[in-house]
Amino acid sequence: MKIRIRFRKYSLMKYIGHLDILRYFQKSMRRAGIDISYSGGFSPHQIMSFAAPLGVGLTSDGEYLDIQVESTDSSKESIKKLNDVMVEGMEITSYRKLSDNEKNAMSVVACADYHVFTKSEEKLKLADLLEAKKSYYDESDEILVTKQTKKSEKVMDLKSLVYGFDIFESEGKIYYYVKLSTGSTDNVKPELFLTAFFKHMGLEFDETDYQIHRLDVYCRIEDKFVSLSETGEEIE
Amino acid sequence: MKKLALGDDILLTVDKPARYIGNEINMVVKDKEHVAIRFVMCFPDVYEIGMSHLGIQILYDMMNKREDVYCERVYSPWTDLHKIMKERNIPLFALESQDPIKDFDFLGITLQYEMCYTNILQVLDLSGIPMLAKDRKDHDTIVIGGGPCATNPEPIADFFDMFYIGEGEISYDALFELTKEWKEKGYSRDEFLMKAANIPGIYVPKFYHPSYDENGIISEFTHDEGVPATVKRQVYSNLSEAPYPSKPLVPFIKATQDRVVLEIQRGCIRGCRFCQAGMIYRPNREKDVEVLKKNAYEMLMSSGHEEITLSSLSSSDYSHLEELVNFLIDNFKDKGVNISLPSLRIDAFSLDVMSKVQDIKKSSVTFAPEAGSQRMRNVINKGLTEEVILKGAGLAFEGGWNKVKLYFMLGLPTETKEDMEAIAVLANEIAKEYYAIVPKEKRQGKCQITISTSFFVPKPFTPFQWEKMYTPSHYLDCAKTVNDAVNAQLNKKSIKYNWHHADVTVLEGVFARGDRRLSQVLLNAYNSGCLFDSWTETFDMQKWVKAFEDANLTMEEYTLRERSEDEILPWDFIDCGVTKAFLLRERKNAYAETVTPNCRQQCSGCGSASYKGGVCFENKN
Ligand code: SF4
Repeated sequence: MKIRIRFRKYSLMKYIGHLDILRYFQKSMRRAGIDISYSGGFSPHQIMSFAAPLGVGLTSDGEYLDIQVESTDSSKESIKKLNDVMVEGMEITSYRKLSDNEKNAMSVVACADYHVFTKSEEKLKLADLLEAKKSYYDESDEILVTKQTKKSEKVMDLKSLVYGFDIFESEGKIYYYVKLSTGSTDNVKPELFLTAFFKHMGLEFDETDYQIHRLDVYCRIEDKFVSLSETGEEIE
Repeated sequence: MKKLALGDDILLTVDKPARYIGNEINMVVKDKEHVAIRFVMCFPDVYEIGMSHLGIQILYDMMNKREDVYCERVYSPWTDLHKIMKERNIPLFALESQDPIKDFDFLGITLQYEMCYTNILQVLDLSGIPMLAKDRKDHDTIVIGGGPCATNPEPIADFFDMFYIGEGEISYDALFELTKEWKEKGYSRDEFLMKAANIPGIYVPKFYHPSYDENGIISEFTHDEGVPATVKRQVYSNLSEAPYPSKPLVPFIKATQDRVVLEIQRGCIRGCRFCQAGMIYRPNREKDVEVLKKNAYEMLMSSGHEEITLSSLSSSDYSHLEELVNFLIDNFKDKGVNISLPSLRIDAFSLDVMSKVQDIKKSSVTFAPEAGSQRMRNVINKGLTEEVILKGAGLAFEGGWNKVKLYFMLGLPTETKEDMEAIAVLANEIAKEYYAIVPKEKRQGKCQITISTSFFVPKPFTPFQWEKMYTPSHYLDCAKTVNDAVNAQLNKKSIKYNWHHADVTVLEGVFARGDRRLSQVLLNAYNSGCLFDSWTETFDMQKWVKAFEDANLTMEEYTLRERSEDEILPWDFIDCGVTKAFLLRERKNAYAETVTPNCRQQCSGCGSASYKGGVCFENKN
């Protein structure tokens, strides 16, 4: 049986990288007594895969992993069992059964959205930013950025890969909302997009000064983006 | 969110920030306002090494079981963070509360190997605690050392207020009660230290005074009035009742030991003459197998680890090994838990178990004959014969293994060229065995025999504590002798030879049997930038050479000199159970190439029966 788990990663856990999160969950499954399936062989491993790895330093309200289980309790009980063994900064928010022919999370991911805000005092003005956004995004046909890979540089047009961009103010802090293409092809990281936006304004986007917070991850169903939390069904 | 001592600007730029944030599974959280004593336990090496250490987990659990004590942890910041902390003057902090180390009542430092000594100075320096104990004032943190190297604490005596000699399970309660009394009654630091020096196992170096003659040999070792002349190493006699952590800490990043460690016994019945652990952990004490089953179950459940390993000096000597191993396999194997079994003698039983728990094609069988010739093995009292090794290897080859690892030491007392060459000959014999046993059509290529040698370092409280060591060039000659001998073997293509560098061996030898004069060398070394000396990428011999010169000492006076049997050794004030008379007897036996029977065959009256437990009293009512 396939299960999709949604979790939050915040606070101190943002310093823990993706591979260590994987190890963390392997041990958590055991501690919580989840009846997870194992592969065969001499060093059996749990059948588990993640939707879209989150970089070190980022927090998230919508992370996903799929597991395969031999048997399971209800969604409610399983969430409780898992949350009882979590550390500060990790919280399980959903546990749903997928149909057997459902593709795994990693292969269906289409986009993810984020809030980005400064960790220090706000220095920028909302009006200026909205003005810049107009010329950079709203009224422009293309957004060219150079993407640096290990071997080469490549110029990319982000326009068709950015599905949403908004800037707003809340309690004296400016928030950038971005919804970006995510997955094995056409993966756009929020820092890439914002670096280009800041450059457009003649500013520098200092990554360590900004908190990037992922809101959710989506798949595409019949031309609409649907949150992965809506896939599968509750187990009563 | 818990406030961290370091900000994102630092944590997101250093390697592995998880080393510095705490928050691990099973971390103990207490309200620091509601405890009487704050203790921080330090392993002076990088987090991944320190977190793998069983002793700290035991003490962490034991101390935190007391409501009035909060025990936290600290490890050596890696060189990247070290630099930042020095530049920006950031004080070293404990992982749990993230509070500065300076705020703690005790800083406990575990001393596992000599090459971590500069890291001790790093921890003191970054914490802002005066490095020399004599410069500390009433309110300063008490620095206490413990662990195997505390059996000769003299080279680092100047940096510590006290040492705890022996197994921590015993005297910490007494120390904590005294600490509370100290706080209530407002004793001065010296009054407190004087009272502490009277707790069994506590050594306060400032009350003991060595003097040296013109050759640097101890001429006198006196002590102040009111402290005992000898400090008795503390040993927990009924290990089954000793506290054991049912909820081990589980780090986020992969530690060296990423598994449940189940200590099945302490000590060893064998008495190899080079082995300090085999002497100082006497008597051999087994844990009740039912207790172990319970411990294993609890620890696997509470940690979620996917592997469990048995810890002991010689697992095959544990009386209920078969029962325990079968229990682990039956209960955990199909739950995806790996079972790892180090230090097993290779025989039909262990091969059968190994074939159940590992992939034969990928794994290897390991032998530690420690010396190549039977003569040399008799000298070191390693009761492993060529016949037994060839038989074990033969069984392994029949079972499908084709990789063999062999461990040896070079630079042993009385060693000759023939003894060294015998290492290669033994490896060749094993290869011959493979080609004789396994028919051509069944071979998966060649057999692979890997020889590793390390250089012998004489340690305190062993029969070899008086022996001389050699120069680095002599050690390299030894390695060359073995290498040439390997190349002269018929099956040389099946044999691979690895050897260690000699510089670290020499330094280790200096500090293992050193005296208090070495404190200055350590200070010089640290101040000139020596740190993480057990790491090849950071070790710098040139700086060490200079550190000795500047202290007007030489490495050679510590390494190349054979101690005379009536000389006062720096660690003579410690009573480790084994008596000097026994060690001297064993030394004579070594030179006579006479094997001493193990504790189960026949008691040799080593002195450890004074601890009233373990093997000395087995089968006796
Ligand atoms: S007293 Fe005898 S039995 Fe006990 S540890 Fe010593 S040699 Fe072994």
